[in-house]
Amino acid sequence: MKYVLFALAALALIAGFMFAGSYYKGKQAEKFGFLAQENAAVFIRDHSPTLGSDEAKVYLIEFMDPACETCAAFSPFVKHLMNTNPGRIKLVLRYAPFHEGADYFVKILEAAGRQGKYWETLDVMYRSQPHWASHHNPQPEKIWQFLPYAGVDVEQIRKDMNDPELVRLIEQDLADAAALEVRKTPGFFVNGKPLQTFGYEQLQELVQAEIRATYPE
Amino acid sequence: MTNGTPTADRGWGILFLCWLTVSISTLGSLFFSWVMEFAPCVLCWYQRICLFPLVVILAAGLFPLDRRVVRYSLPLAVLGWLTAFYHNLLYAGIVPETIQPCARGVSCKEEYIDLFGFISIPMLSLLSFSTIIALLLLFKWRTSR
Repeated sequence: MKYVLFALAALALIAGFMFAGSYYKGKQAEKFGFLAQENAAVFIRDHSPTLGSDEAKVYLIEFMDPACETCAAFSPFVKHLMNTNPGRIKLVLRYAPFHEGADYFVKILEAAGRQGKYWETLDVMYRSQPHWASHHNPQPEKIWQFLPYAGVDVEQIRKDMNDPELVRLIEQDLADAAALEVRKTPGFFVNGKPLQTFGYEQLQELVQAEIRATYPE
Repeated sequence: MTNGTPTADRGWGILFLCWLTVSISTLGSLFFSWVMEFAPCVLCWYQRICLFPLVVILAAGLFPLDRRVVRYSLPLAVLGWLTAFYHNLLYAGIVPETIQPCARGVSCKEEYIDLFGFISIPMLSLLSFSTIIALLLLFKWRTSR
């Protein structure tokens, strides 16, 4: 009898937890869907770097941090998603530099973007990340030795990255990240829908669902 | 007992209620961090360290009913209560911020929820630990007679 009572209580608690969890996530998705309709700018700003065709109907918005290991690990997967669905996905990068001192790398990226080498530089940053972004011993200065591989004018970057406009740009992105309740990176949204549980498969499913919805066969 | 409860089982219901309180608090705490993705501050972690093991300790004390379970669970509950009490003082600004231990990471004064103007997460913790301690003491009193 007591065992039954205990087991039932435990089951009820776990079921209640899972129900409350999915209810909360559902409410959040509704809220962001509404935000996407009413205020699309919170997902994509004029300054936001984008990759992919302008004709694409699926917008993959990624809140990222150049010093975030998981962002680097996700980068090839995002590319793979885009390559397997040519012309249908547009990637929008937003900044959520939560790591201490990560603003520095965002500024370098943006400065490289002015030379038309944004994506090349991002690639170099992600690949060299273990050398400069170690958690117990971050060495931001080390990034400079890798930048020439992106084919950029390093001296020009040193000048351009001090533009106060970049500070405002980062503040805007951080404000949007706060509005969208992005607390971890990478934070993904697909056409305004948040990635509810984190993982490669989950992101793929969310993207595929949006592709099915926007490109009916 | 007059209602026919065997002496050996006296107090089982109280301990079960206590386990329920602990389990609900634990799941609530996990809900904040997993589902709502609030990052726990240092003081929250100390309180969790006192709270989470009670789910297992109290369950073990229920089958079969062990009257000495209070000896092992009460110290944890009291430590948790003290931390929660301090956390509330800090949160309310009664203890000045300069002596608070969380300098990096999430501030212990970070305001995540505010129900009815006085229910904050540290307040929920204090209420939980108070209930747990009350139930454990009630259990001890009932089983010692």
